[in-house]
Amino acid sequence: MSNFTPLLNSYNWDTIVADIYNKTTVDVEAALHNNNRTLEDFKALISPAAKPYLEQMAQLSSALTKKRFGNTMQMYAPMYLSNECQNICTYCGFSLTNKIPRRTLTDSEILKEATFLKNKGYNHILLVTGEANKTVGVTYINNAIKLLKKEFANITIEVQPLDQDEYELLAKNGLYAVLVYQETYHREEYKKHHPKGKKSNFDYRLETPDRLGKAGVHKIGIGALFGLEDWRADSFFTAMHLQYLQKTYWQTKYSISFPRLRPHSGGLEPKVVMEDADLAQVICAYRLLDEDIELSMSTRESEKFRNNIINLGITSISAASKTNPGGYVVEPQSLEQFEISDERSTEAVTQMLKSKGFEVVWKDWENRW
Amino acid sequence: MKDSLIIGDKKFTSRLFTGTGKFSSSTVMKDAILASESELVTVALKRVDVANENDDILSHLSHSSIHLLPNTSGVRTAKEAVFAAQLSREALETNWVKLEIHPDPRYLLPDPIETLKAAEALVKQGFVVMPYIHADPVLCKRLEDVGVQCVMPLGAPIGSNKGLKTIDFLEIIIAQSTVPVIVDAGIGAPSHAAYAMELGADAVLVNTAIAVSQNPIAMAKAFRLAVEAGRLAYTAKLAAIRNTAEASSPLTSFLNE
Repeated sequence: MSNFTPLLNSYNWDTIVADIYNKTTVDVEAALHNNNRTLEDFKALISPAAKPYLEQMAQLSSALTKKRFGNTMQMYAPMYLSNECQNICTYCGFSLTNKIPRRTLTDSEILKEATFLKNKGYNHILLVTGEANKTVGVTYINNAIKLLKKEFANITIEVQPLDQDEYELLAKNGLYAVLVYQETYHREEYKKHHPKGKKSNFDYRLETPDRLGKAGVHKIGIGALFGLEDWRADSFFTAMHLQYLQKTYWQTKYSISFPRLRPHSGGLEPKVVMEDADLAQVICAYRLLDEDIELSMSTRESEKFRNNIINLGITSISAASKTNPGGYVVEPQSLEQFEISDERSTEAVTQMLKSKGFEVVWKDWENRW
Repeated sequence: MKDSLIIGDKKFTSRLFTGTGKFSSSTVMKDAILASESELVTVALKRVDVANENDDILSHLSHSSIHLLPNTSGVRTAKEAVFAAQLSREALETNWVKLEIHPDPRYLLPDPIETLKAAEALVKQGFVVMPYIHADPVLCKRLEDVGVQCVMPLGAPIGSNKGLKTIDFLEIIIAQSTVPVIVDAGIGAPSHAAYAMELGADAVLVNTAIAVSQNPIAMAKAFRLAVEAGRLAYTAKLAAIRNTAEASSPLTSFLNE
């Protein structure tokens, strides 16, 4: 069966970069006026030429989001299950060579963390692990899903890429969605940042959404880690990947996330800095490309940025996240994957949402069907 | 005699059905629904926590004039839909179900094959089945055959506010249906709702256009008035549309001379 790799291989990175940087105000205005926007329009909307049109983009993005999603904001919380990892990733706190205490939650610890999050109101949960196939393999993840299925209406995982039959097993037991970010679509740069471990296999990661689509997992979240390479080109390739997936696996739902490199212990300085205005631009560009796509925002971003970006196209956010295993109650002091920026409590964030006219949505799925 | 609509064992005075999604708060939702005077309100099962007695949406819908219509939004197959309806009957104590099966999560377009299968099974299990479907006249007749209590063809893609894009098919459906026809999805303005009622639709279902309006309560009232006006116009029989002014009878007046 087919997959995305040949399509990506048919593109040249430098040509795409040049295309984007050569877009003019004429292209941007045409893109703004089109009703059905194409990937060429998307290039114009993420180009430097679109910067003076950011307010106009924001207005359009806000109106389109409101039409499709109404005055609602979906809440979710990450739950880190393990920081064991066999990969070396230059930007990650859990990287194999980082000398940190490793920890993997037991069943009773998982349930303790779950109770804490349930009591805060969360019903959509994101389970996160590193990649340690012997201790935190598919058996461990499957067990965690089975444990948590009774507690949460909606379970998403962000773990190592798995095989199709493994995804089928997890979906059968209550998995709803999988987030798998390519980090960068630049093959050579990817190699530099992932020198060792299973993650160094670019194609296996790239074809993960194909395996998910074939396995019938309800939702797939994709994205790039901004800071590794030119964010404009990586956003273009993410959008192209999205459109390929939408056409190929039409029964699947999709979401996009926008992680920017954050400080962590032993951290990496971003190669390409992405300013707040850049991030706002790319979020609006996605909404103008696709009215229906879910756009997600984590606590990596600052309080001020999040308070404002929620009006520009974002449809789901987390709050008061912990990025270390057991971070909520079991072992709050264990080492985190990255530092979060918005440290407000869940109550403070939901209060802010309500004051801005959003209904906070805790539950939008039923996993007993 | 009062012009009322009967579906299943219930009689409705209002021909405006509403939804519960996309509102800025449950309070606004409730106020808008009350302003609409709607008696049938659909709620997505996936959005409510039936195990929680104090569920925010359900507690706001607890009102003597509001009859709850659970919908199966989120299911992708007939099998999932039947299971969802059974859960809903148990938890919400109603055998009414708005059958929505959209395997396509992007445009939320209904799957006609799975819908027909699920409708047949649910009718046999004693449900009042209200199926959300394409404006497909043949499918409507097939659904009638399996015993659904009404049909709910779409006017345009859900949430699009585009109005009655499927008008030619809606007219056929209305002309040949033996069960009530409720135009669902795509109605973006009171004028669209009035138009659907003038055509002879038995009711309309409106959600996005009310919920996303700057003033949902005023918009709910506007839809109520539009639906009433459209229904009145339908029962009063509209005068025919003419392309030219009609003078006397220049061709046949000689017959009277």
